Amino acid sequence: MNVESMYQEIILDHYRNPRGRGLIEAPEGESHQVNPTCGDEVTVQVAMDREGHLHLGYEGQGCSISQASASVMAELAEGFDLATAEAARAAFMEMMRSKGDAEPDEDILGDAVAFVGVAKYPARIKCALLPWMALQDALVKSGAMKEGEK
Amino acid sequence: MTIDVDKVREDFPILDRTVRDQRRLVYLDSAATSQKPIEVLEAEAEYYRTCNAAVHRGAHQLAEEATDAYESARARLAAFVGATPDQLVFTKNATESLNLAAYAFTNSSVPHGQGDADPRFVVGPGDTIVVTQMEHHANLVPWQEVCARTGATLRWLGVDDDGRLELDDLDRVIDETTRVVSVVHQSNILGTLNPVRLLMDRAHEVGAIGIVDACQSVPHQHVDVHELGADLMAWSGHKMLGPTGIGMLWGRPDVLEGMPPFITGGSMIETVFMDHSTFAAPPKRFEAGTPMVAQAVGAAAGAAYLERLGMDDVAEHEHQLTGYALERLRAMPGVRIIGPSDNHERGSAISFVVDGIHAHDVGQFLDDRGVAVRVGHHCAWPTCRRFGVPATTRMSSYIYNDTADIDVALDAIRAAQDFFGA
Repeated sequence: MNVESMYQEIILDHYRNPRGRGLIEAPEGESHQVNPTCGDEVTVQVAMDREGHLHLGYEGQGCSISQASASVMAELAEGFDLATAEAARAAFMEMMRSKGDAEPDEDILGDAVAFVGVAKYPARIKCALLPWMALQDALVKSGAMKEGEK
Repeated sequence: MTIDVDKVREDFPILDRTVRDQRRLVYLDSAATSQKPIEVLEAEAEYYRTCNAAVHRGAHQLAEEATDAYESARARLAAFVGATPDQLVFTKNATESLNLAAYAFTNSSVPHGQGDADPRFVVGPGDTIVVTQMEHHANLVPWQEVCARTGATLRWLGVDDDGRLELDDLDRVIDETTRVVSVVHQSNILGTLNPVRLLMDRAHEVGAIGIVDACQSVPHQHVDVHELGADLMAWSGHKMLGPTGIGMLWGRPDVLEGMPPFITGGSMIETVFMDHSTFAAPPKRFEAGTPMVAQAVGAAAGAAYLERLGMDDVAEHEHQLTGYALERLRAMPGVRIIGPSDNHERGSAISFVVDGIHAHDVGQFLDDRGVAVRVGHHCAWPTCRRFGVPATTRMSSYIYNDTADIDVALDAIRAAQDFFGA
């Protein structure tokens, strides 16, 4: 495993061309997460529509991993219902705890499976997790999800 | 080169190991922590093997020998900066040293019921505490806390675009209201070597206590506390070849004498009654509990190693390496040095940013080629903000580095640029 294989083409593409980046008009919950060891920042906003579908806004600054992760997450989870979003978040967390050995489910995680190689680098796991932590916190703040709910 | 790097490397077993697919370890993170020579490791082990005991107590031979080892370490580390043993306090790290100094002000300023606080340490509304915009968090946050608790106001000297202190308004920032001037000698993020003597003289002119964070200078050049003109100076063992878990606070005797204790308990008392206690004289007043004896012994061995190389040669060696690195970094398209870009009044820590590539990603490429550097805000977040960057990559060299190490790092930066198309 060398560093080039950690930076999957999907990750680089999302880093260079972030999808759906920007804030939304009427967020019901918002979370700003910072990685205090390196200064990466991500803000995630959420709103649920009447049909119970999730809409996301985000912005941030930081390394390729944190910013690509936000873009991949936003693209993936847009329109998800709460249970699907939570399943994806749980799957992503599990993948990042795998030390890179996981075979993540692409049906659940979509492009986010590209981050499995990041899990081999402990210092970068927090970067990849940052937007997902913001998503969870924003959902709690919006009232859509209870604190500690898994 | 003034130092025989190949010979020095033989003393550092860790430099023989490989990292990331059998790459030679190129350690350029000594500003974070230095590597340790065999004799430091041996000194610590030897202490545990032969005379481990509780110091300053116990009526047995081991206790005598352990006490002697601890106090000899104190004497050697004090002498290393031109001081005497009674002026040197051992702490767990330089952060604790600076907190010890800061809490002397907080603890003197809150009602104690005895009214015997030394007025030099009493601060409150209307008083100011002065730091710089290039402080490590360890010399910033404790002073923010002092201000929050006492009502004093924090001020700072700004940093210019080249990473030098803005001294034009020195007399305005440090004025008659100033009670503390606490400044970094050599910036851990910018590499800047500050004119500490000037700042200390100004502090004394207005009757303030002058404090120096010398973590990045003592390991790299000859530092003499009297030449600096400070009242208190903090530094750590682990950046000067010693083990972790040992820090130093040097203080002028009359200044230490006026400071109340920070951490209280055993070993720091004179007498104890059920309702009150009196405290030992410095330095013991500031060394509550069982001290870090083995670490002090190890740190002294590190100082001995450096003395044998000669601090002037250490400084010259780093100066040459820094010049070599700066010259090449300046010539690299897309690379911007954060801090002084000329090799004058600066140390070996060089921070830089690469256009279009976050420091984390640069660091990852260096790591992939065996190069250990620090990325992030280097515990100097406000300094990063000053330069409008979220993070930098920092390479910092020491006695075991040579130009080949710098070349490997520069190649890795180019590889990152190629990869990211920056």
